[in-house]
Amino acid sequence: MKSTIICGIFALLSFPFPAAASLGGDVSSVQADVAKMQATLQTTSSDSYTIHEMQTPTGIAVKEYASVAGKVFAVTWKGPMHPDLRQLLGPYFQQFVQAEQAERTQRHGHGPVLIQQAGLVVQVTGHMRSFAGRAYVPQMVPAGVQIGDIR
Amino acid sequence: MKPFSRHALASIVVAFTTVVMIGCSGSGTTSTGGGGGGGSTSNVQTMTINAGPAGGYVDGAFTSVTVCVPGSTTNCQTVDGILVDTGSSGLRMLSSALTITPTQQKDSSGDAIGECVPFVDGFTWGAVQTVDMTIAGEEAKSLPIQVINSNFSSIPNSCSSNGSPENDLADLGANGILGVGNFPEDCGGGCTENGGANPGLYYACPGQTCTVTTESIADQVQNPVVLFATDNNGVVIKLEAVTGAEASVSGSLIFGIGTQSNNALGSATVYTVDPSDGNFSTTFKGVLYDDESFLDTGSNGLYFLDSNTTGMPTCNDLPFLYCPTTTQSFSATNQAYPSGATGSINFVVGNGDTLTANQNDAAINGLGGPGSSTPSFPIAFDWGLPFYFGRTVYTAIYGQNTPAGAGPYVAY
Repeated sequence: MKSTIICGIFALLSFPFPAAASLGGDVSSVQADVAKMQATLQTTSSDSYTIHEMQTPTGIAVKEYASVAGKVFAVTWKGPMHPDLRQLLGPYFQQFVQAEQAERTQRHGHGPVLIQQAGLVVQVTGHMRSFAGRAYVPQMVPAGVQIGDIR
Repeated sequence: MKPFSRHALASIVVAFTTVVMIGCSGSGTTSTGGGGGGGSTSNVQTMTINAGPAGGYVDGAFTSVTVCVPGSTTNCQTVDGILVDTGSSGLRMLSSALTITPTQQKDSSGDAIGECVPFVDGFTWGAVQTVDMTIAGEEAKSLPIQVINSNFSSIPNSCSSNGSPENDLADLGANGILGVGNFPEDCGGGCTENGGANPGLYYACPGQTCTVTTESIADQVQNPVVLFATDNNGVVIKLEAVTGAEASVSGSLIFGIGTQSNNALGSATVYTVDPSDGNFSTTFKGVLYDDESFLDTGSNGLYFLDSNTTGMPTCNDLPFLYCPTTTQSFSATNQAYPSGATGSINFVVGNGDTLTANQNDAAINGLGGPGSSTPSFPIAFDWGLPFYFGRTVYTAIYGQNTPAGAGPYVAY
Protein backbone atom coordinates (compact mmCIF):
# COMPACT_ATOMS: atom_id res chain seq x y z
CA MET A 1 0.00 0.00 0.00
CA LYS A 2 2.74 2.38 1.01
CA SER A 3 4.81 1.71 -2.09
CA THR A 4 1.77 2.28 -4.26
CA ILE A 5 1.32 5.72 -2.75
CA ILE A 6 4.98 6.62 -3.19
CA CYS A 7 4.86 5.43 -6.76
CA GLY A 8 1.79 7.57 -7.34
CA ILE A 9 3.52 10.62 -5.92
CA PHE A 10 6.50 10.08 -8.18
CA ALA A 11 4.19 9.86 -11.14
CA LEU A 12 2.54 13.15 -10.24
CA LEU A 13 5.84 14.87 -9.57
CA SER A 14 7.35 13.69 -12.81
CA PHE A 15 4.40 14.66 -14.94
CA PRO A 16 5.24 18.37 -15.26
CA PHE A 17 8.81 17.51 -16.27
CA PRO A 18 8.44 15.14 -19.19
CA ALA A 19 11.80 16.14 -20.65
CA ALA A 20 13.69 15.24 -17.49
CA ALA A 21 17.03 13.90 -18.65
CA SER A 22 18.95 10.99 -17.29
CA LEU A 23 22.43 10.56 -18.77
CA GLY A 24 24.03 13.98 -18.65
CA GLY A 25 21.17 15.36 -16.61
CA ASP A 26 20.69 16.49 -13.07
CA VAL A 27 20.54 13.86 -10.37
CA SER A 28 16.97 14.97 -9.69
CA SER A 29 16.02 13.28 -12.98
CA VAL A 30 16.54 9.95 -11.26
CA GLN A 31 13.10 10.36 -9.74
CA ALA A 32 11.57 10.74 -13.18
CA ASP A 33 13.26 7.54 -14.27
CA VAL A 34 12.04 5.70 -11.20
CA ALA A 35 8.50 6.81 -11.98
CA LYS A 36 8.71 6.08 -15.69
CA MET A 37 10.09 2.59 -15.12
CA GLN A 38 7.89 1.93 -12.07
CA ALA A 39 11.08 0.91 -10.34
CA THR A 40 12.26 0.54 -6.78
CA LEU A 41 15.28 2.64 -5.81
CA GLN A 42 18.36 1.98 -3.72
CA THR A 43 21.17 4.48 -3.28
CA THR A 44 24.81 3.89 -2.35
CA SER A 45 27.54 6.50 -2.16
CA SER A 46 31.31 6.60 -2.44
CA ASP A 47 33.67 9.57 -2.22
CA SER A 48 33.34 10.55 -5.86
CA TYR A 49 29.86 9.42 -6.89
CA THR A 50 26.47 8.10 -5.87
CA ILE A 51 24.90 5.04 -7.46
CA HIS A 52 21.12 5.08 -7.83
CA GLU A 53 20.13 1.47 -8.42
CA MET A 54 16.67 0.74 -9.76
CA GLN A 55 14.89 -2.55 -10.21
CA THR A 56 11.93 -2.58 -12.59
CA PRO A 57 8.98 -4.96 -12.18
CA THR A 58 10.07 -6.59 -15.46
CA GLY A 59 13.40 -7.59 -13.91
CA ILE A 60 15.71 -4.96 -15.37
CA ALA A 61 18.42 -3.61 -13.06
CA VAL A 62 19.40 -0.03 -13.91
CA LYS A 63 22.20 1.93 -12.27
CA GLU A 64 22.70 5.65 -12.65
CA TYR A 65 26.04 7.10 -11.56
CA ALA A 66 25.84 10.68 -10.30
CA SER A 67 28.84 12.88 -9.52
CA VAL A 68 29.24 14.83 -6.31
CA ALA A 69 28.17 17.84 -8.36
CA GLY A 70 24.85 16.10 -8.96
CA LYS A 71 25.22 15.15 -12.64
CA VAL A 72 24.47 11.68 -14.04
CA PHE A 73 27.66 10.73 -15.92
CA ALA A 74 27.01 7.04 -16.55
CA VAL A 75 24.24 4.44 -16.64
CA THR A 76 24.27 0.65 -16.84
CA TRP A 77 21.50 -1.91 -17.26
CA LYS A 78 20.96 -5.65 -17.28
CA GLY A 79 17.81 -7.70 -17.73
CA PRO A 80 15.51 -9.63 -20.06
CA MET A 81 14.68 -6.50 -22.11
CA HIS A 82 16.23 -3.14 -22.83
CA PRO A 83 15.10 -0.47 -20.37
CA ASP A 84 13.40 2.63 -21.83
CA LEU A 85 16.55 3.95 -23.51
CA ARG A 86 14.84 7.18 -24.60
CA GLN A 87 14.26 7.94 -20.94
CA LEU A 88 17.60 6.63 -19.72
CA LEU A 89 19.86 8.23 -22.34
CA GLY A 90 17.83 11.43 -22.38
CA PRO A 91 19.42 14.04 -24.69
CA TYR A 92 21.86 11.42 -26.02
CA PHE A 93 19.13 9.06 -27.26
CA GLN A 94 18.93 10.35 -30.85
CA GLN A 95 22.71 10.37 -31.12
CA PHE A 96 22.71 6.77 -29.91
CA VAL A 97 20.02 5.67 -32.40
CA GLN A 98 21.86 7.23 -35.34
CA ALA A 99 25.18 5.73 -34.31
CA GLU A 100 23.62 2.31 -33.77
CA GLN A 101 22.12 2.34 -37.26
CA ALA A 102 25.37 3.56 -38.82
CA GLU A 103 27.36 0.85 -37.09
CA ARG A 104 24.97 -1.86 -38.28
CA THR A 105 25.48 -0.68 -41.87
CA GLN A 106 29.23 -0.76 -41.41
CA ARG A 107 29.17 -4.17 -39.71
CA HIS A 108 27.23 -5.81 -42.56
CA GLY A 109 25.46 -7.97 -40.05
CA HIS A 110 24.09 -8.08 -36.55
CA GLY A 111 26.05 -8.03 -33.34
CA PRO A 112 26.58 -6.16 -30.09
CA VAL A 113 26.66 -2.37 -30.25
CA LEU A 114 29.87 -0.51 -29.50
CA ILE A 115 29.60 3.24 -29.94
CA GLN A 116 32.73 5.17 -29.09
CA GLN A 117 32.37 8.81 -29.96
CA ALA A 118 34.27 11.67 -28.39
CA GLY A 119 31.23 12.74 -26.42
CA LEU A 120 29.39 9.47 -25.93
CA VAL A 121 30.20 5.83 -25.28
CA VAL A 122 27.42 3.23 -25.47
CA GLN A 123 27.82 -0.53 -25.28
CA VAL A 124 24.87 -2.91 -25.72
CA THR A 125 25.10 -6.65 -25.81
CA GLY A 126 23.08 -9.83 -25.38
CA HIS A 127 20.25 -11.61 -27.13
CA MET A 128 16.50 -12.19 -26.77
CA ARG A 129 15.64 -12.52 -23.04
CA SER A 130 19.11 -11.35 -21.92
CA PHE A 131 20.39 -7.85 -22.56
CA ALA A 132 22.92 -5.57 -20.89
CA GLY A 133 24.49 -2.24 -21.58
CA ARG A 134 26.54 0.67 -20.36
CA ALA A 135 26.62 4.31 -21.45
CA TYR A 136 28.70 7.23 -20.26
CA VAL A 137 29.78 10.70 -21.26
CA PRO A 138 33.60 10.66 -21.08
CA GLN A 139 33.94 14.37 -20.30
CA MET A 140 31.58 14.07 -17.36
CA VAL A 141 33.28 11.14 -15.65
CA PRO A 142 34.79 12.58 -12.43
CA ALA A 143 38.58 12.56 -12.14
CA GLY A 144 39.84 9.41 -10.50
CA VAL A 145 36.86 7.25 -11.49
CA GLN A 146 37.89 4.23 -13.57
CA ILE A 147 35.59 3.14 -16.40
CA GLY A 148 35.86 -0.37 -14.97
CA ASP A 149 34.10 0.94 -11.86
CA ILE A 150 31.01 1.65 -13.93
CA ARG A 151 29.29 -1.69 -13.92
CA MET B 1 35.06 -3.83 -45.56
CA LYS B 2 34.16 -0.85 -47.68
CA PRO B 3 30.65 0.29 -46.90
CA PHE B 4 29.98 2.51 -49.87
CA SER B 5 30.93 0.14 -52.64
CA ARG B 6 29.20 -2.68 -50.81
CA HIS B 7 26.10 -0.61 -50.79
CA ALA B 8 26.24 -0.29 -54.54
CA LEU B 9 26.60 -4.03 -54.79
CA ALA B 10 23.68 -4.40 -52.41
CA SER B 11 21.39 -2.45 -54.70
CA ILE B 12 22.15 -4.74 -57.58
CA VAL B 13 21.60 -7.84 -55.51
CA VAL B 14 18.37 -6.45 -54.09
CA ALA B 15 17.04 -5.85 -57.55
CA PHE B 16 18.03 -9.32 -58.63
CA THR B 17 16.68 -10.97 -55.51
CA THR B 18 13.35 -9.23 -55.74
CA VAL B 19 12.81 -10.77 -59.11
CA VAL B 20 13.70 -14.32 -58.20
CA MET B 21 12.71 -14.40 -54.56
CA ILE B 22 9.04 -15.00 -54.86
CA GLY B 23 7.95 -18.47 -55.75
CA CYS B 24 4.59 -20.07 -55.12
CA SER B 25 4.67 -23.59 -53.98
CA GLY B 26 2.85 -25.93 -51.71
CA SER B 27 5.92 -27.86 -50.74
CA GLY B 28 9.37 -27.20 -49.41
CA THR B 29 10.85 -26.42 -52.76
CA THR B 30 12.88 -23.29 -52.97
CA SER B 31 13.80 -20.55 -55.30
CA THR B 32 17.43 -19.72 -55.73
CA GLY B 33 19.17 -16.45 -56.27
CA GLY B 34 21.03 -13.68 -54.54
CA GLY B 35 19.35 -14.44 -51.25
CA GLY B 36 20.57 -17.99 -51.52
CA GLY B 37 19.89 -20.83 -49.20
CA GLY B 38 17.39 -23.57 -49.56
CA GLY B 39 16.78 -27.16 -50.39
CA SER B 40 15.16 -29.92 -48.48
CA THR B 41 15.09 -33.63 -47.89
CA SER B 42 13.38 -35.17 -44.87
CA ASN B 43 14.32 -33.09 -41.83
CA VAL B 44 17.32 -31.37 -43.39
CA GLN B 45 17.23 -27.81 -44.67
CA THR B 46 20.17 -26.36 -46.55
CA MET B 47 21.67 -23.11 -45.31
CA THR B 48 24.14 -20.92 -47.13
CA ILE B 49 26.53 -18.38 -45.69
CA ASN B 50 26.37 -15.72 -48.37
CA ALA B 51 25.79 -12.02 -48.91
CA GLY B 52 22.07 -12.34 -48.21
CA PRO B 53 19.19 -10.62 -50.00
CA ALA B 54 20.38 -7.10 -49.18
CA GLY B 55 23.89 -7.92 -50.36
CA GLY B 56 27.11 -7.47 -48.46
CA TYR B 57 26.11 -9.47 -45.39
CA VAL B 58 29.06 -11.02 -43.57
CA ASP B 59 28.74 -14.24 -41.57
CA GLY B 60 25.01 -14.76 -41.82
CA ALA B 61 23.36 -18.16 -42.41
CA PHE B 62 20.48 -17.88 -44.86
CA THR B 63 17.76 -20.33 -45.76
CA SER B 64 14.22 -20.36 -47.12
CA VAL B 65 10.80 -21.09 -45.68
CA THR B 66 7.45 -21.75 -47.34
CA VAL B 67 4.46 -19.98 -45.84
CA CYS B 68 0.81 -20.47 -46.72
CA VAL B 69 -2.37 -18.70 -45.72
CA PRO B 70 -3.61 -20.96 -42.87
CA GLY B 71 -5.52 -23.92 -44.27
CA SER B 72 -4.54 -23.28 -47.86
CA THR B 73 -2.25 -25.50 -49.90
CA THR B 74 -2.23 -23.20 -52.92
CA ASN B 75 -2.04 -19.70 -51.48
CA CYS B 76 1.60 -20.18 -50.62
CA GLN B 77 4.96 -18.59 -51.10
CA THR B 78 8.57 -19.62 -50.66
CA VAL B 79 10.77 -16.85 -49.36
CA ASP B 80 14.53 -17.14 -49.27
CA GLY B 81 17.10 -14.90 -47.67
CA ILE B 82 15.83 -15.81 -44.19
CA LEU B 83 18.49 -15.44 -41.49
CA VAL B 84 18.82 -18.49 -39.23
CA ASP B 85 19.12 -17.23 -35.64
CA THR B 86 19.78 -19.40 -32.60
CA GLY B 87 19.81 -16.26 -30.45
CA SER B 88 16.07 -15.68 -30.77
CA SER B 89 12.86 -17.65 -31.09
CA GLY B 90 10.10 -17.19 -33.65
CA LEU B 91 9.70 -16.51 -37.36
CA ARG B 92 9.71 -12.87 -38.49
CA MET B 93 9.28 -11.82 -42.10
CA LEU B 94 9.38 -8.48 -43.81
CA SER B 95 5.95 -7.47 -45.02
CA SER B 96 7.64 -6.30 -48.21
CA ALA B 97 8.85 -9.84 -48.89
CA LEU B 98 5.36 -11.34 -48.70
CA THR B 99 2.94 -11.68 -51.58
CA ILE B 100 0.44 -13.76 -49.62
CA THR B 101 -1.74 -12.22 -46.93
CA PRO B 102 -1.41 -14.10 -43.65
CA THR B 103 -4.25 -14.08 -41.12
CA GLN B 104 -4.16 -11.13 -38.71
CA GLN B 105 -4.26 -12.15 -35.06
CA LYS B 106 -6.88 -10.25 -33.06
CA ASP B 107 -7.77 -10.00 -29.40
CA SER B 108 -11.23 -10.65 -27.92
CA SER B 109 -12.25 -7.08 -28.76
CA GLY B 110 -11.35 -7.59 -32.39
CA ASP B 111 -8.29 -5.35 -32.19
CA ALA B 112 -5.30 -6.31 -34.29
CA ILE B 113 -2.28 -7.56 -32.35
CA GLY B 114 1.09 -5.96 -33.02
CA GLU B 115 4.51 -6.69 -31.66
CA CYS B 116 7.71 -4.85 -30.83
CA VAL B 117 10.74 -7.11 -30.46
CA PRO B 118 13.98 -5.89 -28.90
CA PHE B 119 17.18 -7.09 -30.54
CA VAL B 120 20.68 -6.27 -29.39
CA ASP B 121 21.13 -3.65 -32.12
CA GLY B 122 17.59 -2.29 -32.41
CA PHE B 123 14.02 -3.48 -32.69
CA THR B 124 11.49 -4.89 -35.16
CA TRP B 125 7.88 -3.67 -35.28
CA GLY B 126 4.90 -5.18 -37.03
CA ALA B 127 1.76 -7.28 -36.94
CA VAL B 128 1.28 -10.69 -35.37
CA GLN B 129 -0.21 -12.88 -38.06
CA THR B 130 -0.57 -16.62 -38.59
CA VAL B 131 0.65 -18.83 -41.42
CA ASP B 132 1.12 -22.51 -42.11
CA MET B 133 4.88 -22.85 -42.41
CA THR B 134 6.76 -25.65 -44.13
CA ILE B 135 10.48 -26.26 -44.06
CA ALA B 136 12.31 -29.44 -45.05
CA GLY B 137 9.06 -31.38 -44.99
CA GLU B 138 8.25 -30.23 -41.44
CA GLU B 139 5.00 -28.33 -40.94
CA ALA B 140 4.07 -25.74 -38.33
CA LYS B 141 0.36 -25.10 -38.78
CA SER B 142 -1.32 -21.90 -37.59
CA LEU B 143 2.05 -20.51 -36.61
CA PRO B 144 1.99 -16.99 -35.12
CA ILE B 145 4.76 -14.95 -36.75
CA GLN B 146 5.76 -11.31 -36.73
CA VAL B 147 5.18 -9.57 -40.04
CA ILE B 148 7.66 -6.70 -39.84
CA ASN B 149 6.15 -3.49 -41.13
CA SER B 150 6.86 0.06 -39.95
CA ASN B 151 3.49 1.11 -41.41
CA PHE B 152 1.49 -1.32 -39.29
CA SER B 153 -0.02 1.39 -37.03
CA SER B 154 2.24 4.09 -35.63
CA ILE B 155 5.30 2.74 -33.89
CA PRO B 156 4.68 3.47 -30.20
CA ASN B 157 7.27 5.51 -28.31
CA SER B 158 7.64 2.62 -25.88
CA CYS B 159 8.80 0.52 -28.86
CA SER B 160 11.15 2.99 -30.53
CA SER B 161 12.74 3.51 -27.09
CA ASN B 162 14.59 0.24 -27.79
CA GLY B 163 16.93 1.98 -30.23
CA SER B 164 17.13 1.94 -34.02
CA PRO B 165 14.46 0.37 -36.25
CA GLU B 166 15.24 -2.81 -38.23
CA ASN B 167 12.04 -2.82 -40.24
CA ASP B 168 13.26 -2.94 -43.82
CA LEU B 169 15.62 -4.97 -45.96
CA ALA B 170 18.51 -2.53 -45.61
CA ASP B 171 18.38 -2.53 -41.81
CA LEU B 172 17.51 -6.20 -41.32
CA GLY B 173 19.88 -7.49 -44.00
CA ALA B 174 17.43 -10.36 -44.54
CA ASN B 175 13.90 -11.04 -45.75
CA GLY B 176 13.18 -12.47 -42.34
CA ILE B 177 14.59 -14.11 -39.25
CA LEU B 178 14.03 -17.77 -38.40
CA GLY B 179 14.52 -17.84 -34.62
CA VAL B 180 15.30 -21.42 -33.59
CA GLY B 181 16.79 -20.70 -30.17
CA ASN B 182 16.36 -22.27 -26.75
CA PHE B 183 12.82 -21.08 -26.10
CA PRO B 184 9.41 -22.19 -27.40
CA GLU B 185 8.17 -18.60 -27.79
CA ASP B 186 9.71 -15.15 -27.90
CA CYS B 187 8.49 -13.54 -24.69
CA GLY B 188 7.25 -16.07 -22.16
CA GLY B 189 5.28 -15.62 -18.95
CA GLY B 190 5.94 -11.89 -18.52
CA CYS B 191 3.84 -10.99 -21.54
CA THR B 192 0.80 -12.75 -20.07
CA GLU B 193 0.80 -10.41 -17.04
CA ASN B 194 -1.11 -7.22 -16.45
CA GLY B 195 0.52 -4.00 -15.30
CA GLY B 196 4.15 -3.09 -14.76
CA ALA B 197 5.46 -6.65 -14.84
CA ASN B 198 4.55 -6.93 -18.52
CA PRO B 199 7.67 -6.20 -20.58
CA GLY B 200 5.49 -4.73 -23.32
CA LEU B 201 6.26 -6.74 -26.44
CA TYR B 202 2.64 -7.19 -27.53
CA TYR B 203 0.24 -4.39 -28.42
CA ALA B 204 -3.47 -4.10 -29.14
CA CYS B 205 -4.03 -1.85 -32.14
CA PRO B 206 -7.60 -0.69 -32.69
CA GLY B 207 -6.31 1.89 -35.17
CA GLN B 208 -3.14 3.87 -35.58
CA THR B 209 -2.56 3.94 -31.84
CA CYS B 210 -1.40 0.78 -30.12
CA THR B 211 -1.23 0.07 -26.41
CA VAL B 212 0.59 -2.70 -24.55
CA THR B 213 -1.57 -5.76 -24.06
CA THR B 214 -1.35 -9.21 -22.54
CA GLU B 215 -0.68 -12.14 -24.84
CA SER B 216 -1.13 -15.80 -23.91
CA ILE B 217 1.84 -18.12 -24.31
CA ALA B 218 0.13 -19.98 -27.16
CA ASP B 219 -0.68 -16.79 -29.06
CA GLN B 220 2.87 -15.44 -28.79
CA VAL B 221 5.21 -15.72 -31.77
CA GLN B 222 6.33 -19.34 -31.56
CA ASN B 223 9.59 -21.09 -32.28
CA PRO B 224 8.20 -23.02 -35.29
CA VAL B 225 10.04 -26.18 -34.27
CA VAL B 226 7.78 -26.80 -31.26
CA LEU B 227 4.75 -26.94 -33.55
CA PHE B 228 6.20 -29.68 -35.76
CA ALA B 229 4.51 -33.09 -35.39
CA THR B 230 7.91 -34.73 -34.96
CA ASP B 231 11.52 -33.54 -34.69
CA ASN B 232 10.17 -30.82 -32.40
CA ASN B 233 12.66 -30.74 -29.52
CA GLY B 234 15.40 -28.64 -31.09
CA VAL B 235 17.70 -28.15 -34.03
CA VAL B 236 21.15 -29.18 -35.17
CA ILE B 237 23.33 -26.79 -37.13
CA LYS B 238 26.21 -28.11 -39.20
CA LEU B 239 28.51 -25.77 -41.07
CA GLU B 240 31.56 -26.53 -43.13
CA ALA B 241 34.92 -25.48 -41.75
CA VAL B 242 36.20 -22.15 -43.05
CA THR B 243 39.78 -21.00 -43.20
CA GLY B 244 40.08 -17.25 -43.48
CA ALA B 245 37.53 -15.75 -45.82
CA GLU B 246 35.46 -17.42 -48.53
CA ALA B 247 32.72 -16.25 -50.87
CA SER B 248 30.17 -18.67 -49.47
CA VAL B 249 29.87 -21.96 -47.65
CA SER B 250 26.94 -24.25 -47.12
CA GLY B 251 25.54 -26.05 -44.15
CA SER B 252 22.56 -27.91 -42.80
CA LEU B 253 19.76 -27.01 -40.44
CA ILE B 254 18.54 -30.35 -39.14
CA PHE B 255 15.33 -30.56 -37.14
CA GLY B 256 15.05 -32.69 -34.00
CA ILE B 257 17.64 -34.00 -31.57
CA GLY B 258 17.96 -37.77 -31.28
CA THR B 259 14.76 -38.29 -33.23
CA GLN B 260 16.34 -39.67 -36.40
CA SER B 261 19.64 -41.20 -37.45
CA ASN B 262 20.90 -37.87 -38.74
CA ASN B 263 20.42 -35.86 -35.54
CA ALA B 264 21.80 -38.12 -32.79
CA LEU B 265 23.86 -36.41 -30.10
CA GLY B 266 26.67 -38.93 -30.52
CA SER B 267 29.73 -37.79 -28.60
CA ALA B 268 28.60 -34.16 -28.27
CA THR B 269 28.95 -32.59 -24.82
CA VAL B 270 25.72 -31.23 -23.37
CA TYR B 271 25.89 -27.80 -21.72
CA THR B 272 22.73 -26.96 -19.84
CA VAL B 273 21.84 -23.26 -20.01
CA ASP B 274 20.07 -20.87 -17.66
CA PRO B 275 16.36 -21.68 -18.14
CA SER B 276 15.49 -18.00 -17.79
CA ASP B 277 17.73 -16.63 -20.54
CA GLY B 278 19.70 -19.37 -22.31
CA ASN B 279 23.14 -18.43 -21.02
CA PHE B 280 25.98 -20.67 -19.85
CA SER B 281 29.39 -19.75 -18.42
CA THR B 282 32.86 -19.23 -19.88
CA THR B 283 36.27 -18.99 -18.24
CA PHE B 284 38.83 -16.95 -20.14
CA LYS B 285 42.31 -16.08 -18.90
CA GLY B 286 41.39 -17.34 -15.44
CA VAL B 287 38.28 -15.21 -15.05
CA LEU B 288 34.84 -16.83 -14.85
CA TYR B 289 32.09 -15.12 -16.85
CA ASP B 290 29.23 -16.63 -14.91
CA ASP B 291 25.93 -17.07 -16.76
CA GLU B 292 27.11 -14.56 -19.39
CA SER B 293 27.92 -16.74 -22.38
CA PHE B 294 25.79 -17.78 -25.37
CA LEU B 295 25.88 -19.37 -28.81
CA ASP B 296 24.23 -17.21 -31.48
CA THR B 297 24.24 -17.73 -35.23
CA GLY B 298 22.60 -14.29 -35.44
CA SER B 299 25.77 -12.54 -34.23
CA ASN B 300 28.22 -12.24 -37.09
CA GLY B 301 31.43 -12.63 -35.08
CA LEU B 302 32.91 -13.73 -31.78
CA TYR B 303 32.31 -10.75 -29.53
CA PHE B 304 34.06 -10.84 -26.19
CA LEU B 305 35.81 -8.66 -23.64
CA ASP B 306 37.96 -5.71 -24.59
CA SER B 307 41.36 -4.77 -25.96
CA ASN B 308 42.99 -4.60 -22.54
CA THR B 309 41.92 -8.10 -21.58
CA THR B 310 42.52 -9.78 -24.94
CA GLY B 311 45.65 -7.85 -25.88
CA MET B 312 44.25 -7.13 -29.33
CA PRO B 313 43.76 -3.60 -30.68
CA THR B 314 40.49 -2.70 -32.35
CA CYS B 315 40.44 -1.76 -36.03
CA ASN B 316 40.79 1.90 -36.94
CA ASP B 317 37.93 1.99 -39.43
CA LEU B 318 35.82 -0.70 -37.81
CA PRO B 319 36.26 -0.15 -34.05
CA PHE B 320 33.79 -2.92 -33.28
CA LEU B 321 36.25 -5.51 -34.65
CA TYR B 322 39.63 -6.66 -33.38
CA CYS B 323 42.64 -6.01 -35.60
CA PRO B 324 45.60 -8.04 -34.34
CA THR B 325 48.63 -7.85 -36.66
CA THR B 326 48.70 -11.64 -36.85
CA THR B 327 45.91 -14.13 -36.23
CA GLN B 328 45.65 -14.86 -32.52
CA SER B 329 44.83 -18.27 -31.07
CA PHE B 330 42.94 -18.47 -27.79
CA SER B 331 41.58 -21.08 -25.47
CA ALA B 332 38.57 -20.73 -23.20
CA THR B 333 36.55 -23.13 -21.10
CA ASN B 334 32.81 -23.35 -21.47
CA GLN B 335 30.78 -24.59 -18.55
CA ALA B 336 27.18 -25.69 -18.20
CA TYR B 337 24.89 -23.48 -16.14
CA PRO B 338 24.45 -23.67 -13.19
CA SER B 339 26.93 -26.57 -13.10
CA GLY B 340 27.83 -29.67 -15.02
CA ALA B 341 29.89 -30.27 -18.12
CA THR B 342 33.01 -28.26 -18.86
CA GLY B 343 35.09 -28.30 -21.98
CA SER B 344 37.93 -26.28 -23.40
CA ILE B 345 37.50 -24.55 -26.69
CA ASN B 346 40.12 -23.20 -29.06
CA PHE B 347 39.36 -20.32 -31.37
CA VAL B 348 41.11 -17.74 -33.49
CA VAL B 349 40.66 -14.04 -34.08
CA GLY B 350 42.18 -12.48 -37.16
CA ASN B 351 42.59 -8.96 -38.46
CA GLY B 352 39.13 -7.54 -39.09
CA ASP B 353 40.31 -5.10 -41.74
CA THR B 354 42.18 -7.76 -43.70
CA LEU B 355 39.48 -10.41 -43.37
CA THR B 356 36.77 -8.10 -44.70
CA ALA B 357 38.91 -6.50 -47.42
CA ASN B 358 37.47 -8.62 -50.24
CA GLN B 359 33.86 -7.58 -50.65
CA ASN B 360 32.96 -10.88 -52.27
CA ASP B 361 33.76 -12.83 -49.12
CA ALA B 362 30.68 -13.51 -47.02
CA ALA B 363 31.94 -16.43 -44.89
CA ILE B 364 34.75 -15.36 -42.62
CA ASN B 365 36.40 -17.34 -39.87
CA GLY B 366 38.26 -15.40 -37.20
CA LEU B 367 35.98 -12.38 -37.22
CA GLY B 368 35.89 -11.05 -33.67
CA GLY B 369 35.38 -7.89 -31.72
CA PRO B 370 35.04 -6.37 -28.28
CA GLY B 371 32.04 -7.70 -26.42
CA SER B 372 31.04 -4.59 -24.56
CA SER B 373 32.41 -6.18 -21.46
CA THR B 374 35.40 -6.11 -19.16
CA PRO B 375 36.42 -8.41 -16.31
CA SER B 376 34.76 -5.94 -13.93
CA PHE B 377 31.59 -5.75 -16.04
CA PRO B 378 31.23 -9.21 -17.61
CA ILE B 379 28.00 -8.77 -19.50
CA ALA B 380 28.45 -11.14 -22.44
CA PHE B 381 30.67 -13.69 -24.16
CA ASP B 382 28.99 -13.88 -27.54
CA TRP B 383 29.92 -16.98 -29.57
CA GLY B 384 28.57 -15.88 -32.92
CA LEU B 385 28.44 -17.61 -36.27
CA PRO B 386 32.20 -18.31 -36.63
CA PHE B 387 31.85 -20.62 -33.61
CA TYR B 388 29.71 -22.91 -35.78
CA PHE B 389 32.23 -23.32 -38.61
CA GLY B 390 33.39 -26.93 -38.77
CA ARG B 391 31.11 -27.95 -35.91
CA THR B 392 27.83 -29.73 -35.29
CA VAL B 393 25.91 -27.70 -32.72
CA TYR B 394 22.67 -28.71 -30.99
CA THR B 395 20.10 -26.29 -29.56
CA ALA B 396 17.52 -27.99 -27.33
CA ILE B 397 14.30 -26.15 -26.58
CA TYR B 398 13.07 -25.40 -23.07
CA GLY B 399 10.77 -28.12 -21.75
CA GLN B 400 11.15 -30.43 -24.73
CA ASN B 401 12.43 -33.95 -24.05
CA THR B 402 15.56 -35.24 -25.74
CA PRO B 403 17.76 -38.32 -25.23
CA ALA B 404 19.96 -36.13 -22.97
CA GLY B 405 17.05 -34.88 -20.89
CA ALA B 406 14.79 -31.89 -21.30
CA GLY B 407 15.94 -28.61 -22.79
CA PRO B 408 17.12 -25.97 -22.60
CA TYR B 409 20.69 -26.82 -23.45
CA VAL B 410 23.29 -26.46 -26.16
CA ALA B 411 25.61 -29.28 -27.19
CA TYR B 412 28.59 -29.62 -29.49
